[in-house]
Amino acid sequence: MGNHCEGGEVPGQTFDRMLGFLKKPVVVTAEINLSLVALTVVGLMSRLWGLSYPRAVVFDEVYYGQFVSLYMKRIFFVDDSGPPLGHMLLALGGYLGGFDGNFLWNRIGAEYSTNVPVCSLRFLPALAGALCIPLAYQILVELRFSHCAALGAALLILLENSLITQSRFMLLESILIFFILLAVLSYLKFYNLQRHSSFSGRWWFWLLLSGVACSCAVGVKYMGLFTYMLLLVIAGLHFWHMLGDQNLSNVSLVCHFLARGLTLLIIPVATYLSFFYVHLTLLYRSGPHDQIMTSAFQASLEGGLARITQGQPLEVAYGSQITLRNVLGKPMQCWLHSHTNTYPIRYENGRGSSHQQQVTCYPFKDVNNWWIVKDPGMQQLVVSNPPRPVRHGHIVQLVHGITTRYLNTHDVAAPLSPHSQEVSCYIDYNISMPAQNLWRVEIVNRESDTDVWKTILSEVRFVHVNTSAVLKLSGASLPEWGYRQLEVVGEKLSKGYHQSMVWNVEEHRYGKSQEQKEREVELHSPTRMDISKNLSFMAKFTELQWKILTLKNEDTEHKYSSSALDWITMDTNIAYWLHPTSGAQIHLLGNVCTWASANVAAVVYTCLSLWYLIRRRRKIYDIPEDAWQLWVSAGQICVGGWVVNYLPFFLMEKTLFLYHYLPALTFQILLIPIVLQHLSDHLCRSLLSKSMFSALTVAWFSSVCFAYRTFSPVTYGEPLSVAELKDLRWKDSWNILIRKQGH
Amino acid sequence: ISALLKSCGRRKATTRRWRPERGPGRLSGGTGKTPPSSGCARRRRRPPPSRSRRYLGCGGAHSGSRPGAPAGLRLPACPALRLPARPAPGLLPRAPAGWRAALGLVTLLSFASRFHRLPEPPHVCWDETHFGKMGSYYINRTFFFDVHPPLGKMLIGLAGYLSGYDGTFPFQKPGDRYEQHNYMGMRGFCAFLGSCLVPFAYLTVLELSKSLPAALLTAFILIFDTGCITLSQYILLDPILMFFLMGAVLSMVKCNSCADRPFSASWWLWLSLTGVNLAGAMGVKFVGLFVVLLVGLNTIYNLWDLLGNLSLSLVMFGKHFLARVLCLILLPLTLYVAMFAVHFAVLNKSGPGDGFFSSAFQSQLIGNNLHNVSIPEHLAYGSVVTMKNLRMAGGYLHSHWHLYPEGVGARQQQVTAYLHKDLNNLWIIKKHDSDTADLLDSSSPVEFVRHGDIIRLEHKETSRNLHSHQHEAPLTRKHFQVTGYGINGTGDSNDFWRIEVVGRRAGKLIKVLRSKIRLTHVATGCILGSSGKTLPKWGWEQVEVTCTPYVKETPNSLWNFEDHINPKLPNISLDVLKPSFVEILLESHMVMIRGNSGLKPKDNEVTSKPWHWPINYQGLRFSGVNETDYRVYLLGNPVVWWLNLFTIGLYLLIAISTAVVLKRGVQLTSEHKGELSRVVLRGGGQVALGWLLHYLPFFMMGRVLYFHHYFPAMLFSSMLTGITWDTLLKFFSQFLSPSTTARRVYGGGILTLILLITYSFYLFHPLSYGMIGPMASDPSSPMAGLRWMDSWEF
Repeated sequence: MGNHCEGGEVPGQTFDRMLGFLKKPVVVTAEINLSLVALTVVGLMSRLWGLSYPRAVVFDEVYYGQFVSLYMKRIFFVDDSGPPLGHMLLALGGYLGGFDGNFLWNRIGAEYSTNVPVCSLRFLPALAGALCIPLAYQILVELRFSHCAALGAALLILLENSLITQSRFMLLESILIFFILLAVLSYLKFYNLQRHSSFSGRWWFWLLLSGVACSCAVGVKYMGLFTYMLLLVIAGLHFWHMLGDQNLSNVSLVCHFLARGLTLLIIPVATYLSFFYVHLTLLYRSGPHDQIMTSAFQASLEGGLARITQGQPLEVAYGSQITLRNVLGKPMQCWLHSHTNTYPIRYENGRGSSHQQQVTCYPFKDVNNWWIVKDPGMQQLVVSNPPRPVRHGHIVQLVHGITTRYLNTHDVAAPLSPHSQEVSCYIDYNISMPAQNLWRVEIVNRESDTDVWKTILSEVRFVHVNTSAVLKLSGASLPEWGYRQLEVVGEKLSKGYHQSMVWNVEEHRYGKSQEQKEREVELHSPTRMDISKNLSFMAKFTELQWKILTLKNEDTEHKYSSSALDWITMDTNIAYWLHPTSGAQIHLLGNVCTWASANVAAVVYTCLSLWYLIRRRRKIYDIPEDAWQLWVSAGQICVGGWVVNYLPFFLMEKTLFLYHYLPALTFQILLIPIVLQHLSDHLCRSLLSKSMFSALTVAWFSSVCFAYRTFSPVTYGEPLSVAELKDLRWKDSWNILIRKQGH
Repeated sequence: ISALLKSCGRRKATTRRWRPERGPGRLSGGTGKTPPSSGCARRRRRPPPSRSRRYLGCGGAHSGSRPGAPAGLRLPACPALRLPARPAPGLLPRAPAGWRAALGLVTLLSFASRFHRLPEPPHVCWDETHFGKMGSYYINRTFFFDVHPPLGKMLIGLAGYLSGYDGTFPFQKPGDRYEQHNYMGMRGFCAFLGSCLVPFAYLTVLELSKSLPAALLTAFILIFDTGCITLSQYILLDPILMFFLMGAVLSMVKCNSCADRPFSASWWLWLSLTGVNLAGAMGVKFVGLFVVLLVGLNTIYNLWDLLGNLSLSLVMFGKHFLARVLCLILLPLTLYVAMFAVHFAVLNKSGPGDGFFSSAFQSQLIGNNLHNVSIPEHLAYGSVVTMKNLRMAGGYLHSHWHLYPEGVGARQQQVTAYLHKDLNNLWIIKKHDSDTADLLDSSSPVEFVRHGDIIRLEHKETSRNLHSHQHEAPLTRKHFQVTGYGINGTGDSNDFWRIEVVGRRAGKLIKVLRSKIRLTHVATGCILGSSGKTLPKWGWEQVEVTCTPYVKETPNSLWNFEDHINPKLPNISLDVLKPSFVEILLESHMVMIRGNSGLKPKDNEVTSKPWHWPINYQGLRFSGVNETDYRVYLLGNPVVWWLNLFTIGLYLLIAISTAVVLKRGVQLTSEHKGELSRVVLRGGGQVALGWLLHYLPFFMMGRVLYFHHYFPAMLFSSMLTGITWDTLLKFFSQFLSPSTTARRVYGGGILTLILLITYSFYLFHPLSYGMIGPMASDPSSPMAGLRWMDSWEF
């Protein structure tokens, strides 16, 4: 290959070389590492053996299963826990197994009915979990550690009970870890090719794979972002070192930079978008989560709102009958509403009200949500022929359909937000309180100042003409007298744009006083629309992405939730499943021995590195330079991977579980053989100490195997007697379920 | 001072000899090119004529007398290249004079702008209601609780005390008129500290860039920023915090400049001043931690540098290390502890903050019901008691008529922990198997409660029993829910608790205040504890009480009896164990941290977001709402703030390209390189790091945030603006061929910026100095055209 970059190269040549891989034939030479094959086979066995065994819903399957069912039925949903790739992969398993989606995922432990292909649903996560073993092996090889160390890493991953448990069910962590490791491995492969064969086919392949694997990891769970960032930083560092290399010409540096930018930034973003594209293409039917989305989004789904809005006139005209939905949708979606009840004369705190008719925001469809747009200059409440559309800046009155009272606001404090104005439907009590019912229509998302007010698409602010207050949903819910509906106020000091002040027309029909005449008018009005065509993929994507990021589940603490600090010492466990009669149970519980040694390895690595660093600063070199480079690059990946996947959890306020630690743990486990090999290579000087060290390592490894054997019953869910279960409770804080005798 | 100067000068001479000439990238003084700027050395030094050169970049101000001579205007490379070793007599002594004159000017302007219309408005503005009140507490020696450390409020109190304020003004709410009360001392003190920020920033930038225009630009930015002025004019903690913060940065930078003569008097002075200022910053608000971080990183960098210097023996390195430990860790720590000692010594009367602290601490406060307490000593059946959790800042066991809401365990009466003293904290101790009717009968004998007894606790106000059962607790799902249950004291067997004293044998009596009590639920075996988590709105944001099934010995699950009322028992005066100072210190910190994290935004409350701040999105109303009010609005001068924002991007660009150029080894003269790496990377980097450290952490904070939290970061941002524009203009002007044009472009550029800032201040000054009349949304208002963003409310 040897096309080492020379200084002073002509730009053309570099581009030539960038595409050099086209000139050579594509050759595959196979080299089979039998130990790797053996490891993979054993790994597959450990993950796939008896995969359908608890034929019951296990832990979070109850959560992910719902989404799989929805995919099967093509019903739209929003899951705030993460992007859609993971769910889609699980659904792929279901699809391949011929799952029809008919299963009620209502409780953990529920028996699966015969139509659920348990095995194929659980197959992909298990496969991903098993493939982590050869990946671990390869990573250590690429980090330039010995075959022995690589074998050790693979075996430790193989014998890690928590990873096995997490892989064997319909859960996402094993897929996430697989993509993370794949990204790391392909980056390392790429980096090792860098020196000798830049821009070769293999170089491009691994670089590209690294970017794609990163975006897959992010696509499965947002946690993947941490590893992606780590790889970006490492790539940045490596590029920084290249900058200092005076042998490289400026042009080739720019090429390198662009290649990295393309594969590590642009392609991952594109891949990420494509997940959403597939997601949105697959899910085209309306469903239970519609209500969170905007009207335009809902209308783009089949059924649901689209059925109602189909054939609605597009342009709102004087005389139109409309329902107005608040765009914010928080605390819940609701429509502008009024009813015959009035505000109480005095509130509980002694303040007075106008005693006029209540105006609220009501979270359900109701006949009282209908309003008629009226021209202040005319009396009629029907649409003229041809319809006169309402434009931005026009002044209208809004008449409540059932009670025919006018929407009004005035300088009276609102019931719950005393700094804002009360909004009411005006009742003339013949006291000196005149009607103030003129509103100016302001279309927020208009393209020009003469834009027409459109159904669903236009987001509108209503500005009160007399007081310049803006119609706003305050978010508070009224007390008993207001039937707990949401308060609507006139916000006097409007602080810029806020979604709570913006409304859109959802249902719309042209008003008709006499049945026959109006039907004719309606037939003549030509504007029909197909909104799904109006909403581009990017608009849908941004909306969905924003909803995923901002939606917050109000669940406080789970029975098995834990804090990040509990994870290092494994002070907590999660009971995944319990057999209804026998004592068999499945727990997420790690291999105690591996877990402890991984911590020790991290501490040893940190201390040794600090020691070396300080000594090197004083120009004392304890280990050869290349060994030092190995040590540093291994640390960047393994310690770095552990840190970025663990520390951010201390800043998070969401509910945390032990399984969140598994990616970090995987990196920490990879560190064990690295530290061991380093100790034996550089600190055990004599032959005797070397063999002693090997003996110790073997003894330690057998203890790992022993711990694996001991806990494998709760990993695989084998039945155990009460005494055996009690024996397994090595820590007081573990929650192992022991039934009382006689139940 | 003269001794100090002498020592500096002498050290300088000796340093010269042994110090190897290093790359120009070192801190100033490495090549003897840049004058060390601690006032002493600058005056004393007599550089050998052959090496004399102008101060970099300050030529614009003082080389006008020598037109044609390409003096220090351009990058220092130019004179060095073209006119090597030309002696420039007369220039050297004048340079510092120019610097000093400029310093005098900016200080004067700064004081003038801060003290202008200081008494206006003569009523309580915004947070003055808190900090003024707290200052009064110090004068009255009343104990209170606040989430910030005490130094700021102590200084306010001191300023008030010295200026003759008697602490009688109640500071009830914003808008209250001061009338005859003397509030000017406190405001003047804050304004004085606020005015010092400008000279501090000026000196810091001068030290970092060695360029007068850069320093002047920074100074003018800060003088004419309406936000900084407003924030300095009231009784607030921010000017005090920023004073110490800038003080720490200035001393750190000065100390860095003295690095070539370590252990000299000025070096010690600046190092210890850094420590003192750090203690001050931490003592005012916990955000002072960020500047501690900045100084810490700088120190680590310096030490790492020294470690790599092989000419320095390990012993010397050890000395360096110890000096820093002494000045930057031990000294600030001592001062910090000392200010708490003063705090507790001054506040010795009972006040509104008592309930936050443990019983033992409360007994120290004059006027508290535990001070020189006289209560029945041993607990008996029928006693009315309050129970306090032993966790630091743990509350009293509390219940009230409200029920747990639907979906949160069983729908029974709430039991919480409450930090304030309240009638609902009272519980009656009863036997588990009989009612108290007979016990209250005066003829019946008193029966004491003993270790191991099974009791029932009845809530006095609602007559419900303390109860637990196997339902999940509201927040800590692994624990059991604790409720109030039963009617008029009749409940079920889940109301029985075993009372135990830690470290006692069965049958012993239970002492009020001193015994540490554990209550074990008889039916489930769990222990009554407080989890420390704040309940949501339905629980009135009180603290959760649970029954934990994990039998662990933590203060969370231990209680003591504080009040004890039993008419049948004689009152005995008790001296409660006095807590040690360390315990008080730890306790007060726990309380403060809890309080800080408890400042969560309420539902639907619109709070300021960190991304609003640098774009000056929204201000804070200090005073007045309506048209007839005297309105003051805290808002940065938009021209300044947007310039700062733009400059951050610009700096990033410059810094990256500089770093790449240096890394690529592009052919540059060594002085160019030195200038770039010293000013752009080192100086600008320090300031940019300061900005990041004072800004980014807010994105991760869960508590309520306000606009004024950005001002420390804004100081750094302004310094960065000075440095960046100066470098940029210098860099571009050097490409212009006649040096006079170059000088004109450079000077003109800086001058334009300064004039722009001054003019924008003229436009926006009513924001700080007060406006009366129509709101800006009204076209007749003088501010009508200035409401550039809809979100501004003036």
